[in-house]
Order: sequence, then structure tokens, then C-alpha cells
Amino acid sequence: MFKWFGKVNFSPFTKVSAFADHLKDGRVMGSRCTKCGALSFPPRADCVECMHDGFEFFEISGKGTLHTYTKIAVAPTGFDDMVPYTVGLADLKETGRIVAWIGETIPEEEIKIGMEIQVVPRIFEEREKIKVYYTLEKPGTTWSKTDSMN
Amino acid sequence: MARVGIIGIGHAAFGRRSDATVQELAFEAFRAAMNDAGIGRSDIDASVIGSVPEYHKQRSLAGVVQEYLGLNPKPTWLTEVACASGCAAVRTGWMSIMAGVHRVVAIVGCQKMTELETPEILALMGRVGEVQWESIFGTTFPGYYAMFARRHMHEFGTTHEQMLSVAVKNHFYGAKNNYAMFRKEITIEKARDSDPVASPLQVFDCCANADGAACVILADEERAKALCKKPVIWLTGMGCATSSMSVLRRPNLVGLPSAQIAAAEAYEMAGVKPTDINVAEVHDCFTIAEIMACEDLGFCKKGDGGKLIADRQTYIGGKIPVNLDGGLKAKGHPVGATGVSMTVEIAKQLRGEAGERQVPNARIGLTHNVGGIGQYTFVQILRRE
Repeated sequence: MFKWFGKVNFSPFTKVSAFADHLKDGRVMGSRCTKCGALSFPPRADCVECMHDGFEFFEISGKGTLHTYTKIAVAPTGFDDMVPYTVGLADLKETGRIVAWIGETIPEEEIKIGMEIQVVPRIFEEREKIKVYYTLEKPGTTWSKTDSMN
Repeated sequence: MARVGIIGIGHAAFGRRSDATVQELAFEAFRAAMNDAGIGRSDIDASVIGSVPEYHKQRSLAGVVQEYLGLNPKPTWLTEVACASGCAAVRTGWMSIMAGVHRVVAIVGCQKMTELETPEILALMGRVGEVQWESIFGTTFPGYYAMFARRHMHEFGTTHEQMLSVAVKNHFYGAKNNYAMFRKEITIEKARDSDPVASPLQVFDCCANADGAACVILADEERAKALCKKPVIWLTGMGCATSSMSVLRRPNLVGLPSAQIAAAEAYEMAGVKPTDINVAEVHDCFTIAEIMACEDLGFCKKGDGGKLIADRQTYIGGKIPVNLDGGLKAKGHPVGATGVSMTVEIAKQLRGEAGERQVPNARIGLTHNVGGIGQYTFVQILRRE
């Protein structure tokens, strides 16, 4: 269910809703067009290359390199309890880019453009409340359940 | 080819305007533009309102503005492309005249941003990016430009000091603009001491939300020549392009593709080169944005924007004077009004009416109005004969 995706979710309904279910099981998925084979991350239901409406998910390795980042000191609604937090933008090995928090395996002084990162699924589960997201971590970090969103 | 000219310009003071509604601000700019043009409301065939709806309690803003301006039953409509809504209105008016549908059109950019409570502003701030894949990580508008800034520093050695020099310049000129929100010069030390917002950007790297309005009256060539007692300022190059909403789908993070394409289109239509531009208004929502704009517009090579400001080439007397009205940084940024305000400033410069901020003998000017992080860019070249 896509409403699980994110600390604050703004778009609960989408044709790529199963992305969040995969993420809950520790897999980060991109999409592949079933007609022309074009890959996309983030996944999209409609092929931007050939306009075909059929797609399948494929698992990305989560390997990538850090393209840029920023430490946010002034946060919007829903994120004020986390300030300051660092958002990174990474180039993914297979295709596309990803935006996510830089996680705790990478201390602030070690953050460097061009460094290798691993996209790691994070699952936060409480009774009747599930949230899934991912963070950018040191290569080799494996996915985990977490007990806080901070 | 048919031509469209500016025959009247008007500007309301930008800032925290707790004395006025948005339609009252619109009226200030409209009245000034009508007086400037020396025409009456019966000469106006239509109006186009540039504004971003989510800042106002009033829904369907064009209707209330049209009524307050006293322009019923003439047609009106709203243009919205985030912070580029103003130049979108200019382009829409230009299109309607080029199409021969209307002959004289009032373009009104207006925005009231300071009425919102802080929680409402913080909630809006959290949805400026692409909400499905990006906003869920608490991305912000300064945060996006900060990521451009960080990458620009990495690729070209641009320094944060160079970025803050943009703020120093824009406050230097803003101090000389009666309509500016911040009419005070600042030092680089003061800028450097300001609070962090999104690293490397600090408070003095960012423009401020504001209230304000600006207006230009456009006319076809025949009406412009018949009505206008001042030099007509012609819209000779009209460029417009888009880039992906999502920062994840951009080819790079050191410039705005939409700005580069819109600029090429505008230069071609106007038959001029970047070196022909005498004065420019660019979208400095953040200091890094002005640096990238100078590059995207071809005022210098990609990567040399930091050096351009460090060498003071964007001051009067430099290679290309930029944002002599204080820019968004010092003038304030009432989003829908900004593009029209840029158009007013360039028209003023080309008429020789800019006072102590005047570029001597300016004949060709340019506006660069960006929506969001370059999702939309309008580049418009104005010329005095």
C-alpha cells in the first residue's frame, strides 16, 4: 500500500502502489516497460519512451554514487522533529537517481560527492501503523526494521 | 511580422503590505500603468492575471481583480506556472495580440503572501518538490537550490563567498529602489553570519516572501504607435521552455535546461546574441540561481558564473549589469508579480527612467523568470528602437 511510503505521504494512490509492498519486504524496485524494455527509477506505469502502458517491476541493486546533498535546517511540516537532517541525491547503478536521507552509517564529516552509497530499505512497523522508506548508507549495509523515523 | 509593444508600466511597493488586499495591490500597479500610458479603461480589450492561487484565501483570483480594476465585462484569465506566473501572463497577452484576438491587453502580476500563518507556509513549503518520491524526505525549495549549489561548487570550484556576493550586489541596488522590500545595503560579513537554511545556503542566500503587484500594458503596433507618447518598448524575443518536475529526471544539477532552451529561442527570435544585451533581470530566488542564470543565458561560460560576480561584471559598468532593481533578493518575491516586475524594470531601463540605477544608453534588455527549480522558464528580450 503506497500510503506506507514516507514519513509523510502525499500521494496514497498510484499505479505503482506495489512498490511499497516490495519495500516492506526489503526490495527496492524500478520499472521496466514490457514493450520496449526502457528502465525507470523511480518506477512509472506509463513508458516515457514508447508510451506503452504495460510495465513490470525489477529489483535494483541499490548501488550508487552520491551526486549532491544538503543539510536542511529549516524543515517543512511533519519533519520539524528531525532537524537538522541531510538529504542526498544519488546516481543509481542501473538507471535513474534517488533522493533520500543520508543514514547514520555515514557520519557528516565523511559525506563527499562521488562516494559510493547503498540504498537501504527501512521498515518502521507499529501496531496498525506501517511506514516504509529508504536511506543512503555505506556500501555493505543491509536492510532492517527500525524503531524510529529519526 | 506583427509586433507587440509595452505602452505603460506600473509598480506597487513590495514588502509586508498589511495595509492592502491583493486586488488593492493590483489596482496600485494598474493605475500607475494606465496613467503612464495615458489611456482609459475603454482602451483595454482584456487582462491577464499572473498569480499563484494557493497563497490566497480568495479562490479564482482573476475575477475579483477584474472587478476591482473596473474592467468588467472585458475578458480575463489567470496564468499559473509557480514563480514564473508573471512572465507567463506577459507571454499570454503577447500571444493574444499576435493572434489578432485582442489589440490592447493589461498584464497584472499580483500576490499576497504574508497573510498566511507560519504552519500554512511550512505545509506549502513541504510540497514544492515532486511529492510522490521527493517531498516524503522533507525536501524544501532552498534544499533543492542548495543541492544545485553544492554540485556547482564541486564541478567548477564556485565558492559560497561568490554566492553571497550576489546578495551584496542585489542589496546595493535594492537600497536605491523605492519599491524594494529591503532598502538596506549589506556586507559580506553580515551575510556570512546569517543562520543556516539548507547547507551551503544561509538566510542571506534566500529571497523573501512578499506582497506586491506590477502591471504592463501591451498593444499591437498600430495601437502602440497611436496611443503611446513615450518610447514604445517592443517584445522582440519570446522564449519559453520546461524541464522535468522531478530533480531525479534532470540531465545535471549545475543549470536549468529550460532556461538554456528558452534563452536560445529568445535570442534567435530577437536576432541578437548574449553580448548584445545591455541590462538583464534574472530570477535570483537564491544566490546560486543568479550565478546559474548568467551561465544559462550565455553571459559567461558554464561554470564561470561565480567568477563573473566576483569580478563585479554584473554591476553597472561591468560586462552585463544584472538585477539593478535589487532582484528577488532585495526587492522581495511576491511570486506572481515577479515576472511582471522584471518587465517593468527593463522597460524603465530602456526608456532611460531608472534614475541612479540607470545603465547608460541601454537599448536591449532581457528578463529571465523561472518557475520552481526550472520546471518552467521564460526568457524575454525587450528593445527600444
